Amino acid sequence: MAEVQEVKKERESLFSKNNRKLISDPLNDSNPITVQVLGICSALAITVKLYPALVMSISVLFVLAMGNVVISLMRNLIPNRIRIIVQLVVVASLVILVDQVLKAFVYDVSKELSVFVGLIITNCIIMGRFEAFALGNGPWKSFLDGLGNAFGYAWILLAVAFFRELLGSGQLFGFQIIPESWYLSEGGFYSDNGMMLLPPMALITVGIIIWVQRSRNTELIEEN
Amino acid sequence: MQELINIFVKSIFVENMIFAYFLGMCSYLAVSKKVSTGVGLGAAVIFVLGITVPVNYLLENYVLKEGALSWLGPQFEEVDLSFLSFIMFIAVIASMVQLVEMVVEKFAPALYGALGIFLPLIAVNCSILGGALFMQERNYNTIGEATVFGLGSGVGWFLAIVAIAAIREKIRYSNIPAPLRGLGITFIVTGLMGIAFMAFMGIKL
Repeated sequence: MAEVQEVKKERESLFSKNNRKLISDPLNDSNPITVQVLGICSALAITVKLYPALVMSISVLFVLAMGNVVISLMRNLIPNRIRIIVQLVVVASLVILVDQVLKAFVYDVSKELSVFVGLIITNCIIMGRFEAFALGNGPWKSFLDGLGNAFGYAWILLAVAFFRELLGSGQLFGFQIIPESWYLSEGGFYSDNGMMLLPPMALITVGIIIWVQRSRNTELIEEN
Repeated sequence: MQELINIFVKSIFVENMIFAYFLGMCSYLAVSKKVSTGVGLGAAVIFVLGITVPVNYLLENYVLKEGALSWLGPQFEEVDLSFLSFIMFIAVIASMVQLVEMVVEKFAPALYGALGIFLPLIAVNCSILGGALFMQERNYNTIGEATVFGLGSGVGWFLAIVAIAAIREKIRYSNIPAPLRGLGITFIVTGLMGIAFMAFMGIKL
């Protein structure tokens, strides 16, 4: 039975319309953060600066895409009752890989992300996509779904980090964007909004992104 | 004793799981529509954090840390298993949650009725693993400190979810701009509560 399904799927071309939709949908209409409400924990804590946010996005991209493929390959072997444990073990092994690589090559960022690399394990995006997609679809589709959702996660993360770093410290990726001569200490008129660096402003920034997104796409508006 | 109280107060107010680190946001947003369910989940989180943090503390100090295995014999003194900590912590959490569920079901059926549906959700709640990882990062000296830290973080999480659930119950009657309804306003209110909680910053007993 399983083999018949596989044959059918291979007739579909690798980048058919349906497959492209798997990548483009999570960017907006079913964005993991603003619409599915998954994976918020880490999205907020590491968005003070763009660089750690970028590293975090790449880590999640790797874990989600690879994990989706692995789970999808094993989907017919995993007994239903213990699937959560199996999923946790797969994610945890991938996250250990990511953590060791980060510690080896970008130690500073790894220190800055501290516990949040480990927390990718319990990031709801990953378990959510395993449950909702990888358990019921082939490896290639699951890979695309993983990529799409990770991109959807990444752009929200980078957008929040962009505003927080620009308004909070006048920099982007550590480079000064606001001219030095504008600052009050140099006799100018400008000063950074230190509030943006504090944790609560991440929540408010995401709230505003949701506001903008939903006023452009009225289908997403919730009942009270 | 004073040190313990200090850790307790600090983990409830200053280093609140939700407002300072955003841990467990997913279930916090999903289960906070009503105060009664919020109380149930919050109590389950206190319970599980209070058990898993000390268990993970023992695991960290007698198995995983560099040199932790030296009680087995001098030849194990240089063994460093800390790269295994993620997988061990999550395994401990998942199995402790199962165990707690079974024990509660057997010995306290009333409590099971109240907490039952929330317990399986908790295995993948970021705040539980987060508690274990913070415990590892902050190097608590004794198991007492670790337990108090776990309980305090749980109480902080409980306070946060009960407060937001109460606010959301009331907010239903107010006239919010349509695109902000539901998720958007919850984020912004949580942010404002976070700013309020920052007033506790720097408290030390």
